[in-house]
Amino acid sequence: MGRYDVNLLLGGEAGQGLVTIAMILTKALVRAGYCIVVTQSYQSRIRGGHNTFAIRISPAEIIASRASVDLLVALNEETVRLHRPEMSDAGLILVDERFAADHDQVLKVPFQEFATDRSVNVAYLGILTHLLGLDEGVVFQALEDYFGAKKPEVTAANREVFAKAIGWADAKQLPETVRLAPATDRRERLMLNGNEAIALGAISAGLKFCAFYPMTPSTSIPLTLQAAADPMGLVVEQAEDEIAAINMAIGASYAGVPAMVATSGGGFALMVEGVSLAGMTETPVFIVVAQRPGPATGLPTRTEQGDLEFVLHAGHGEFPRAIFAPGTVEECFHLSRQALFLAEKYQTPIFLLTDQFLADSYRAVVAFDIDSLAPVVVGRDPAAVPVPYARYALTETGISPRLVPGLSEHLVICDSDEHTPDGHITEDLTIRRQMVEKRLRKEAGLRQEVIPPAYVGHVSPELLMVTWGSNRGAVLEAAATLKAQGRQVAALCFSQVWPLLGEQFLEQLQSAQEVIMVEGNAFGQLARLIRRETGFEIRRHIRRYDGLPITPEYILQALSS
Amino acid sequence: MLDVAIYGDYETAWCPGCGNFRILPAVKKALAASNLAPHQVTFISGIGQAAKAPHYLNANLFNGLHGRSLPVATGARLANHRQPVIVESGDGCTYGEGGNHFLAAIRRNVDLTLLVHNNQVYGLTKGQASPTSDTGFVTKAQPHGVAAAPFNPIAIAVALQANFVARAFVGLEDHLVEMIKQALAHPGFALVDILQPCVSFNKVNTFAWYKNRCYILPESYDPTDWAAAMAKAHEWGDKIPLGVIYRNNRLPFEAHFPCLQEVPLARQPVDKAKLREFLGHFQ
Repeated sequence: MGRYDVNLLLGGEAGQGLVTIAMILTKALVRAGYCIVVTQSYQSRIRGGHNTFAIRISPAEIIASRASVDLLVALNEETVRLHRPEMSDAGLILVDERFAADHDQVLKVPFQEFATDRSVNVAYLGILTHLLGLDEGVVFQALEDYFGAKKPEVTAANREVFAKAIGWADAKQLPETVRLAPATDRRERLMLNGNEAIALGAISAGLKFCAFYPMTPSTSIPLTLQAAADPMGLVVEQAEDEIAAINMAIGASYAGVPAMVATSGGGFALMVEGVSLAGMTETPVFIVVAQRPGPATGLPTRTEQGDLEFVLHAGHGEFPRAIFAPGTVEECFHLSRQALFLAEKYQTPIFLLTDQFLADSYRAVVAFDIDSLAPVVVGRDPAAVPVPYARYALTETGISPRLVPGLSEHLVICDSDEHTPDGHITEDLTIRRQMVEKRLRKEAGLRQEVIPPAYVGHVSPELLMVTWGSNRGAVLEAAATLKAQGRQVAALCFSQVWPLLGEQFLEQLQSAQEVIMVEGNAFGQLARLIRRETGFEIRRHIRRYDGLPITPEYILQALSS
Repeated sequence: MLDVAIYGDYETAWCPGCGNFRILPAVKKALAASNLAPHQVTFISGIGQAAKAPHYLNANLFNGLHGRSLPVATGARLANHRQPVIVESGDGCTYGEGGNHFLAAIRRNVDLTLLVHNNQVYGLTKGQASPTSDTGFVTKAQPHGVAAAPFNPIAIAVALQANFVARAFVGLEDHLVEMIKQALAHPGFALVDILQPCVSFNKVNTFAWYKNRCYILPESYDPTDWAAAMAKAHEWGDKIPLGVIYRNNRLPFEAHFPCLQEVPLARQPVDKAKLREFLGHFQ
């Protein structure tokens, strides 16, 4: 027996080792075959404050986080006070015996009996291994891997603390309320968060250059790329500012490599002129915007979906673009690849909008079939282009043959001014009109490659929930809960939010008795965009803009009120 | 030595008498003398009358945004570290709008040659002060005269110990060609600040004004002496020194990357075995 759904929340101050315990446990759970959904909530400070790392665990597939807590691991008293109201029925609180904890189900552990302050993390892992019913060997191996090659005496000391903690737990009659049902999934899986998946997808597509300026919650993308830089042959450069970052990426792309930038709202604001430059010079560039609540500095470490309209309209003048909004970590990987392919094919900026929740949310992801992952081919064969070569040759599709400077005798001339087909500055207004039309013709191609929104559920439902990006799991789980209650429901989840093609979803909107938009902003930005593009007005809304992710409970509560 | 005719001869959008007319042939001569055929060099430029210069010769060119040519050049050079990259723009573009990039480029020391057409005024926007305008310079935008102290690009570059810092004047063409040639040959970041008159908007710093003040540094001057270079960098007014003010031999930025030692990034395939190994770290 055992539980099929346990939501574990670790809470404490930054610097207490909370992330260490959580990361090792998460790795062990993935290796043991469990599904996980991680939600990280932290404050914009290095030490202190109150931070949490929630791991929802199941041997079956789960796709969303959950608000109610079954096992609270409180590294300080404040955590008990703050999260006691979130405890589920019979929920268990695990604390050091020195802390006060006013709750029915409290497990007080004498950590100082078997661990020092430095090794207490290992003792917590021992107790958790027992409570969750995990394999000791798997957890200890994850611990060893996390700390890397240590001196033998450190490994021995860790092993002793781990064994003492488990021995203590075995000797007691501890509650079995959070013991997990055994996992049966034996497929090879990776533990990835959204940002890591974006970076890995990009590398698999042949990304060779990334420039960035550090900004939460985007920074783990360039850091993942940097970890791959030497083995994979990438250049990852910390620029002097975001303006430099996007211009560097454009320069690298012009000179022949798939290139990207990753930032968040304020940093992207600085990149906007560069977005327009990529549009005008028809230079492929992949731009990731990891959203956090604004305006201005906002809530730097929290989540929101407030930058859809900004990204859609960023850049002066008119040029085509596409915007992806992955709903899962797998989609982060595949849409990162798709963005790089489209950028190269249509020679224009392509965006991926993620957010802090998805960026930091670890999941168990089935390993990718690497042999099937083709890389982007940059530019055309110099021997096959019409002569004399013209970088902006007028074509039916609007796509001109792109060559890379220095790799042939052809001269590759790009200009941010309006330009002639051969790339030189011009004020000939006839050419101006031809060039505008050429650039916009590329949008027809982009429109043919739009990924339709995923429709799940009843064909003519009483309630259709529409959402985009990282809310997908919460919406699907809420829909499943309502269906189990006998409601006729469906969900429509967008993972590409531009271009928006009414023919892909308008009928579904019209077939529902009631349509409700679920999104993480205050304006209802996708609802407004759908109305603008299709005329269909979504009248009911569930919105969230308090910095926290949308959960199934949040949706169900909003629906019932 | 290549024939300068291969770089072509084009009509320009410059005012008659503009100093740019003397820089363009000097650049062509330096390229020819450096044996760089048009396809073997990439120009990156910004916005302004100076930034149009690379449109008027045969070469690869990315003419980007105002102030942002150095970051574009950095990306382009890292993507193909075998291709010489020349950045060409004016004093407003390079030292004003792009000031932060100028500092960062010197610190990075990517192997780039930066040619700055410095006429101490904004031309294309019709006569406002530039970062290098002298204090007191009167324009319609600064009717009481420029209050700010001028930006001294040479002093800044020397202070940051740039790999190659030179000044030239359009009135001494052979010297100008020699400075560009040396900058191209010198590894790492190389600056050539080129003094030129703006016949339309700068009635103070005229051709004669520069000609009467500029002098070529004697052979006895040692450009590897940093303290002497700092002092020389501040010489401005009655006498203006021309030549290599400072030379350094810091390792170029590219040399620090294992993946930039042989084949350019732009020609490197994705190694699937290594990708598989890297993904293994996430198991």
